[in-house]
Parts: sequence; C-alpha cells; structure tokens
Amino acid sequence: MVPRAVAAESIDERHGEKMSHARGSGGLGITRREAMRLGLSSAAGLLLAGRLSAADPAAATPPAPKGKAKAVIQIWLWGGPSHLDTFDPKPEAGYDYCGPFGKPIETHVKGIRISEWLPLLAQQADNYSIIRSMTHGINAHETAAYMVQTGRPPGGRQVFPGVGAVVSLFKGYDAGYRGLIPPYIVLTELQGRFAEAGFLGPRYQPFATGGDPARTPFAVEGIVAEGLSADRQKDRRELLHRLDGLKRAMQNDPQVTAADKAEDQAYDLILGDAGKVFDLAQEKDDLRDRYGRTTFGQACLVARRLVERGVPYVTINSKGWDTHKQHFQAMRQKLPEMDKGFATLLQDLADRHLLESTIVWWSGEFGRTPKVMWESPWNGGRGHYGKVFSAVLAGGGFRGGQVVGASDAKGEEVKERPVYPCDLIASVYEKLGIDPHAKLPNPQGLDVRVTPTPAEGVTLGGRLKEIM
Amino acid sequence: MKAAGILAIVLVAAHSAAGGPAAPTPSVAPPGGRNVPASESPIDQLVFGKLNQLDIQPADPCSDAVFVRRVHLDVIGTLPTPQEVKDFLKDNDPGKRRALIDRLLEREEFADYWAMKWSDILRVKAEFPINLWPNAAQAYHRWIRTSIRENKPYDRFVREMLTASGSNFRVPEVNFYRAVQNREPQGLAQAVALTFMGTRADLWPKERRAGLAAFFSQVGYKATAEWKEEIVFFDPGKAAPQAAAFPDGTSVRLSPDQDPREVFTHWLVDPKNPSFTRPIANRVWSWLMGRGIIQEPDDIRPDNPPANPELLAYLEKELVVGHYDLKHLYRLILNSRTYQLSSIPATRGPEAEANFAYYPLRQLEAEVLIDALCQITGTTEPYTSAIPEPLTYLPDGQRAIALPDGSITSSFLEMFGRPPRDTGLESERHNKMTADQRLHLLNSSHIQRKLQQARPLLALLRSGAGPREVVAGTYLLILSRYPTEAEWTTVAAYPRTGPAARRTALMDLAWALINSDEFLFRH
Repeated sequence: MVPRAVAAESIDERHGEKMSHARGSGGLGITRREAMRLGLSSAAGLLLAGRLSAADPAAATPPAPKGKAKAVIQIWLWGGPSHLDTFDPKPEAGYDYCGPFGKPIETHVKGIRISEWLPLLAQQADNYSIIRSMTHGINAHETAAYMVQTGRPPGGRQVFPGVGAVVSLFKGYDAGYRGLIPPYIVLTELQGRFAEAGFLGPRYQPFATGGDPARTPFAVEGIVAEGLSADRQKDRRELLHRLDGLKRAMQNDPQVTAADKAEDQAYDLILGDAGKVFDLAQEKDDLRDRYGRTTFGQACLVARRLVERGVPYVTINSKGWDTHKQHFQAMRQKLPEMDKGFATLLQDLADRHLLESTIVWWSGEFGRTPKVMWESPWNGGRGHYGKVFSAVLAGGGFRGGQVVGASDAKGEEVKERPVYPCDLIASVYEKLGIDPHAKLPNPQGLDVRVTPTPAEGVTLGGRLKEIM
Repeated sequence: MKAAGILAIVLVAAHSAAGGPAAPTPSVAPPGGRNVPASESPIDQLVFGKLNQLDIQPADPCSDAVFVRRVHLDVIGTLPTPQEVKDFLKDNDPGKRRALIDRLLEREEFADYWAMKWSDILRVKAEFPINLWPNAAQAYHRWIRTSIRENKPYDRFVREMLTASGSNFRVPEVNFYRAVQNREPQGLAQAVALTFMGTRADLWPKERRAGLAAFFSQVGYKATAEWKEEIVFFDPGKAAPQAAAFPDGTSVRLSPDQDPREVFTHWLVDPKNPSFTRPIANRVWSWLMGRGIIQEPDDIRPDNPPANPELLAYLEKELVVGHYDLKHLYRLILNSRTYQLSSIPATRGPEAEANFAYYPLRQLEAEVLIDALCQITGTTEPYTSAIPEPLTYLPDGQRAIALPDGSITSSFLEMFGRPPRDTGLESERHNKMTADQRLHLLNSSHIQRKLQQARPLLALLRSGAGPREVVAGTYLLILSRYPTEAEWTTVAAYPRTGPAARRTALMDLAWALINSDEFLFRH
C-alpha cells in the first residue's frame, strides 16, 4: 500500500507540470515544480495560489457556536478519490471523462445522482450532504492533505494542528474527558506527518491502533497482546514494581510521578474492561457482514463503537486512492468496500440515535483529473486534482439530502459556491461547539486562533450555512 | 511491601558513591588522585559556592556504575556494553573517569549523536514543511557530522554556514538558508537569531528585527537544470538593504558590492561579542546538565537572567581561550564534580534544580531509547521514507541517532517525542512520558517481538551459566550494573513453571528492567 502512494508522489513531482498543461488547466494548479521555475519557494508559490482565488473574507464572519455534535468520524481517503467516480458523476461529459463508469444512479433524494458503484450509499442520501465545490488548487499530496486537515496553507513559522488534534484539545482530557481510551484514535495507521498535532504537541497526537480489525482478535498495539495471559500480565507487573528501585527512591520527582501515572493508565487499558471496545466479537455476525469483512468495513464498525463510548474523534485512514494507473480496475474493488462500510455506518449510527451527535466527514486531500488519461504510461488513469473535488458531511446537526455548490459540466472547475477547506472545518467546529476564535496554546506565545483570520491571508468562502 | 522498602534503600545506596553492596570496587577516588571529582574545578567552586550561599546541600557523588552509564548516554547517546561496564568497574585507576571521557569524545557515535542534536536545531529534514529534499538533507547532515567529527572550531562552523553560497548538493552548508519555512529576510533573520544567538527575534521590537533582516535581504535562490538542485547566492540585484543594524543597535552602512551576510557574520563571530559566545556556552551546559544556566537555552533575553552568571562567564571565557573548541568545554563539564553528582537530591526544590544541586532525571530521547532497545535485544529497525521517490531505504542496522533526515518514517520515534524539526526550537523535543508510550513499552507486539528474538539474552540462557550469572548478565546488558542481593532474591523467587520456565522468567525479567525508571531515564 505504501509503494503505491509513493509511486504516485513521484509521478506528481515529475509529471505534474505536464499533466496540468495537457489538461489545459493552469490557474490554481501550481505544482511545486512550476513554483520553483517561477523562482518561488514552494511555500510562496502556494500562498500565491491561495491569493489568486480572491474572495471576500468578510463574508465569513462566524456566528457564535451552538453545537450539539459530540464526536467526529473522519473517513480519510488517502491519495485522493475521484470526484467523478463517487459523488459528482458527469455522464454527459462522455467516455473521455467517465470511462466505463457512465451510468450513475438516482439516490433516495430526488435529483441527486451518485456513482453506480455506490448503491448502498444511494439509499442513505437523506442522511448526508455532498459538497461538490471543494477547492484549494493544490496538486501535491502532502501540501493538499495539510490544507484539507488544518484549513491553512503551509509555509509560515507554524505547523498547525489538524482537526483531530484541535478537537482533542477542546473535547479531550483538558475538557474533562475521562475515558480510558485516548480521545483521538486513528484506525489503523497514522497518515504520516499529516496526522501531526502540529505545535500543540504530542499530548494531542492521535493514538494509532495498528493491527487489523478484520482479523480476530483485533490486536490493538499496546492494548491487546496476543499470547500473554492475564495472570502473566499481573505477575510481570508485580515483578516490575518490586524491581523498580529508582522509582521508589525518587517518589517526589515530577518525571517519575508522570511516568507512574502513565503506567497506571496503561494498565487500566491492558487489564481493564475499556479495551473491550476493540473486541468486535461482541457484535452480531450479520451486522459485521453488513459492514463488510474488510479492514475498512470493520474499521467503520470500530469507529461506531468508539463514539458510542464517548471518544470524540476517530479517523479511519483508507489507503489506495491514488490511482494514476488502472484507475477503473482499482475502483471496481475499492468502491464496493467503501460503499458497504460507509453506508452501514450511517445506518447503524442512525438506528442507535448516534447520528444526530456524530459528524461523519468523508474526504481525501483532493479529487482526480476529470479527463481520463488514456495515453501511456497511464493507460486509463487519473491524476491529482485540487481545483475542484467533493466532500461528504453527515450527522452532528448537518442537514442531509443536500448538495452544496457545483462543479462545471466536466467537473473541471468550480461552477458555483467555492468551499475552501477552512470553511468546512469551521462548520465542523461550530457544530461541535468549538469557538472558532478561541486561542490555541502556542509554545512561542503567539496569538493563534482555531480558524484562520482574514489577516492571515487565507481565502474563505464562508461556512456551510446551506446545511447547518 | 516490606521487602520492597528494603530494596529501595539498597538501590539508593548503590546509586551514590558512598558504597553499598552493589559497588564491587571502591568508587571514590583517593584524596590527591588524578580524578577530578576528588578536587574542585573552577566549575565546582562556582556551583558549590552558590549552593552554599543558598544553603542548599548538593547530592552525593554518583557511583562508578551510575557514572559509566550516564556518561555513555550523555556523550555518545549509546548504552555501554556489558563488557565496557565490567572493564570500567574493575579498573582501579583513580583517573579512570577522565580517561573514559577522553575515549568517548573520540568515538564515532559522538559525531552521530551530536550531529543529531545539531540537525534538530538546524532543521535537517527532507520534507514538509522544511522541504530540503533528500539529497540535500543527507549532504547537509554529512557536512554537520563531519564538522563535529573533525572538531571544527565552533566559530568556523557558524561562519561557514552564514556566508555560504553555492549548490544545495555540492556546498551542503548553504542548506542553512533553505532549512527554513520562511525565506523572506525576516524569516532568515529569525532563524539566525534563534540558532546562533539563542534568542527569539519574533519577540523583538520591530525596528530591531528589521535591522537584522536587512542583512539577509540579498539572499538569492535559483534552480538549476538538475532535479531539485538549488543555488543559494548573494544577489545584488535584489533591493538594497534598508537600515541595516546589528542586534546591539549599531547601524551599518553597507556598500552595494558587499554581501551583507559577510558584514553581519563578521560582527557576530567575534570573541568579544557575548551574544555569540554566551548562547553556545549555555547550550553545551544545558545539553550535558539537562538544564541551561539560562533556561530555556534558546530564550535568552534581558528579563531571563542566568541562574549563576559567574559560572556562565567562566564557560564563555574558556570557550574563547580554547578557540571555540567545543570538546574542551565538554571535558571541563564532564570532569566536574557537579556533573558527577548523584541524581538523588539531598535538597529538593526549584532553587536546588536551577543551581545544579543534583543531576536531573531525564527520559531517554526517542532515538537513544530505540537504539538501546535494539542493542539489548540484538535487533534492528527498518528506516525508510516513503515520500518522495526515489524512496529512501536505510541499510539494515541503521541506528536512530545516526539518521540523516528528520523525515524518515518511524512511528516509534514519533510516539516518543522526536522533534519534527519544523522550527529549530529545543522545546520541539518532548521528553515526558505519555500513556501511549507506556502502553507501547509495556504491551506492544513490537517490543514483545524484540524481546522474544533477543539473541544476547538467549545466548545467556544457552551459555550454561548458572541462574545468578544469567541474572547478572541481564542486569549488565540492560541497566549497566550488577544486581543487588535483594534484587537477585526477588528475581529468584519469580514464579514460572512449564517447559520454557527459564526462558519465560528471563523474558519477564528483561521486560521488567526495560520498563523500569532506571532504564527509561538518564540518572
């Protein structure tokens, strides 16, 4: 899975320029290489890209927070899913754009069509809204992922925290969260540097479960140890305590006290009941089947179990969406998995009356080139596309059954109502009751707010009032 | 509970040089011996004089067993091997501590470990948000490591970076000007102030900041035909600097044909300039002693005075007299009684801490910890970087302290607080235990697997040695000392049955020791 993402990055690096020219789409799609050619550092290039898309920052004056959402499940499609082949189909654009996927289906909501590969999600359409005019103009994975998850362009002195870390700050231990399960969980692997808590530091970093929820047991790294009996766990701990002389000699040392407390917390999880949240054998077989017995499907089920127990932020990292080559073959395999897991999650949350307090956010770092690259070496692939892409929001007080914004006839440009990452993020914060003007604790003592101010030069399109 | 209490007392005794059953050799040097701890160095006179004034009792000197572990970790970021520990403990030379310090300063790992520290503050990282690119990060790291290995005088080290021009691949020190998130003159000025003056220019008054920035207003960058190559150069075509002024307030008239960086560097790198010598003297002290005389070491400002100004002045003087030989400073500090105090305080409290009345406990850095775990278990870690292509794969057996690039992927290093190298602030490194870290060490398959595969432990079992020797060998391997009698009794009584009882018991002992505070902390 890693090599695939990697190969794609290199393709982006080396051919991004060629691809964007081939598509005749200049404008926002400044690649790193182009930025360098222009004599700009990539940071400056990106800033420029942001500025080119002028919008009235004043339009985004936020109302006071009034959220009733308690948790977020973020379904992250690492690599960038095609908007045309998921939530923004363009059958009228023809074979050059749709390839073999030219027959989108009507959903339960009249007038909304989605990909024919998402029949279960079609039945859930009243539970979610589609944003079809997401944009940031960046075609490099890392920078785009940073933009989508922090709402800010990179390049200043600060590395900003992602949404999960900010929610962990405002809804986690500092806000009275008492759960033994850490407040910010990633299923199953970190994204890499984009899951970083930025300047908030490791206290707000996610806990990555490792393991595979589709396997039994789901061996959550550190919590579920295979082949160690509870008796042996207890004996070992006793031995540790008897041998740990320095600890007793240094009882008043703050470092030792912190280590001690961390050990107690760890053992509460290892030996206590809290860790059972990861035991999917507690779920009915047919429900597990409905989610799909795949890593992604079962991760969706674990996510539901986590928010049910009060965990405020869960990220599901789904890999393999960076389909430069053999795109349609890959989609035939990935879309049904995603359809099953995501649709069952929405239904299951709704059945348990958890959907009204749980935001489900589906997005990748960008979309994919609408025009299929039939030529060699792509042979039916799609490249990176940050000019316009789709995101989905459900639950937590967001209205379902709506479409926000639109792309043009071929899915190449924003046609109306551009939505920038920070607009979506600010809307999520509002639903969670997080004050967008609250200060973030900054190690250098700088005045940094939860969402960017117009003075930071970040382009805003305004919150998603349409569905709030 | 009672047994535990006795054990604790035994360990306290073993920690300090006052003796105790664990110290197999006399560990206090005889009076008049060559060992510095026996006599007071100028550092000690200044530290103990201050403690005396404050009526603070310093801790006892540390034992040989504590010293040998501590000095290895502090100087080369590496645990001593059981053989190194045994040899040191049985050596009767009263000057053996000094001799060990001299040997460690010449080890290859010294260059690795200090290149890592410098790479943190110089932000050596291929990818986001510093974006040096792998070739350039590796070239830069190699240049730093070579400078340290050759003991390049610090003034030259700084001058070479600040005045460098050329290709990021071929003149690696130019990467100083690339390893910033903000390449505007203000951003460069901030990086220079933080790195070499230990001060945060973003908190300065506006004019002072602009005065410094002016020296960096003609730094040019240009690409070449080679992929990701970039030239850093003096670009007289850029707007001439306005109102250049040194940070001490002196304004400067710059001539148009002169690289303003040269003018600034000439001012900065001057033995008479305290804003050059003080930060590095303070940093070296803080790296070895766990705390700056000015704390934080990169937050020097008038309202953050040194805890012991005379001590800092002494170190500065020694640095100038020694022509910026940093190893000279390392030697002075490491040979002092102050450095060799026990970590078990005689007096507690913030004043005792700020005045170096004991050696402060510090959690092992992420890189040092994983290297130690690999050394103990005879295992390795894979280090790769998945972005960008060409992928970076480091050879098997790569040590974490020697990683050339902060972008190398490692969830262990992430979890244990490796600095992201985004800003160069020392506080980017997080050395406080978290519940996640605890879970990982106590119960992860990663650590469990390492222990199960631990060839050095399995070799002990198969060697035919008696149980006492096996336990002693395990203690030497992990805690760099022999077990006490009480510890042996506890281990011998550990209940394990079944066909693999000995092996299980040994695994559990090793597990307990790597989870003990004595292992997880420098002490």
